[in-house]
Amino acid sequence: MVETRMNTLKNMTLTQGVVLALLCLFAVAPVLTEALDQSFFLSLATRVVILSIAAVSLNLILGYGGMVSFGHAAFIGIGAYAVGIPAYYEVYNGFYQIAIAIGVAALFALITGAISLRTKGVYFIMITMAFGQMAFYALVSIEEYGGDDGLVIETRSEFPNLLSIENNVVLYYVCFVFLLATIYLVHRIINSRFGMVVRGCKSNERRMQAVGYNTYLYKLTCYVIAGAICGFSGALLGNFTSFISPEMMDWTRSGELMFMIILGGTGSLFGPFIGTIFYLMIEEVLSDITIYWQLIFGALLILLVLFAPGGISGLLKKWEAK
Amino acid sequence: MAEAILKCIDLNKDFGGIAATEHVDLELLPNEIHAVIGPNGAGKTTLISQLAGDLMPDSGQVLFEGRDITRMSSHKRSFLGLARSFQITSVFLEMSVRDNVALAAQAHQGHSFKFWKPTHNDESLTKPAMAILEKVGLAERKDLAASAMSHGERRQLEIAMALATKPKVLLLDEPMAGMGGEESAAMITTLKALKGENSMLLIEHDMDAVFALADRITVLVYGRVIATGSPSAIRNNKDVKHAYLGDT
Repeated sequence: MVETRMNTLKNMTLTQGVVLALLCLFAVAPVLTEALDQSFFLSLATRVVILSIAAVSLNLILGYGGMVSFGHAAFIGIGAYAVGIPAYYEVYNGFYQIAIAIGVAALFALITGAISLRTKGVYFIMITMAFGQMAFYALVSIEEYGGDDGLVIETRSEFPNLLSIENNVVLYYVCFVFLLATIYLVHRIINSRFGMVVRGCKSNERRMQAVGYNTYLYKLTCYVIAGAICGFSGALLGNFTSFISPEMMDWTRSGELMFMIILGGTGSLFGPFIGTIFYLMIEEVLSDITIYWQLIFGALLILLVLFAPGGISGLLKKWEAK
Repeated sequence: MAEAILKCIDLNKDFGGIAATEHVDLELLPNEIHAVIGPNGAGKTTLISQLAGDLMPDSGQVLFEGRDITRMSSHKRSFLGLARSFQITSVFLEMSVRDNVALAAQAHQGHSFKFWKPTHNDESLTKPAMAILEKVGLAERKDLAASAMSHGERRQLEIAMALATKPKVLLLDEPMAGMGGEESAAMITTLKALKGENSMLLIEHDMDAVFALADRITVLVYGRVIATGSPSAIRNNKDVKHAYLGDT
């Protein structure tokens, strides 16, 4: 028994090893931060986990479906405001809030996707960005909910008779479990019949149509699924930050999500998670050194795209092959 | 004469004043191999694209088993039993050979809004895929990524993907393009084996292949049909000799 386990460990690829190590690290993160008395690291880890869920959802459409959306942060904003606006009216029931987050995000994805997916390439990028900015300006203009000053969420979502996420460690574990669930969900989707169709659309859409697929419907469905997942991550983020503003859905935020998955490796299951870890760590370290950290980060990204187009996952695979 | 399975009547297509297809009438009979030949720029690919639904004609009609499909989208035509291969090889490069064919077969097994069960060990997909790979001689290559195949093998894979949709009619756009002698011979064997099961409209530059396979030949020059007939009739046709085969 122990021996077979040792063998499985030995036969593990480098990628699997790194992923497993990172997952273990995140599984015990609250204990570690407690022991080191660094509560700041817990909030960093929570941000990593929540944004990983968003990145995983973007990877589903971008990495597997070839739909380069530049407006994905809009879904985070929708999810966050789905917690913030009900809380403003003193509705704290988390079930309602999350249902609204997922429902509205899915609806927004359905409407904007139905239009955006009629275009291709650069036009798709521009139109998704335009829809994202529309959502951004819509919230900026609504004075009732703070306009561009944003909204403070004083009370986290309540799940009566289930659990309370007032405690930061509990919130962290809720997010972590949902990250694992999301990765598993995406894993099932991409290997299912539906997933094969979506990947086929990325690979060669004309061929897909020639063998009889209505590619538009499948891509739209995928877009809605990704939007819904990202809306959910937004609801978690709203609970975590307790301050939300339209700035969360600005196009630069969409760009950051894209950086994360490119850094980690598009079209790989754990790439978005790895990418988000590295992105937020680099941001943390560099912004301590200089306020112009994005300049250095930009240079790093250029080097990465030039020399390791598969991102960190791609690099790990390359080392495995050696 | 038997009723045509695929037919176009007075088909016209214009690209900025240049007629790529001009008053083309063509009939594909059940189980025949019908070759369309013609010099470069004669509008052969444009014609096949209109038959497959990738391009819409400016005027005229396309009929499939007597039904007007002129404005029907390409994915719907696939369900009637119309499959095409592309002049420039068009497969899923990142996927394995078997997945390429399985994905094509999947298109004709009802909708694909199935999100949970993995496909890689789904026998309702792998079995038909393997049967077709057997047919085109690629069974041993099943796990290879399509990107790692030779050009000739990829052309064979294209045929396999078209077959996976259980077509009545195959529209083949230069299946032997860029192939060496040996690869061409293998392709001719494959297509010959399919004769009798499918009707085929074949665009080809390789005249040996055309004369080895075709029951009838249509000659297209500058978007117009200048002759249709049996291979021997085409060989002896004066206009064709003049326009295409050379004045010998």
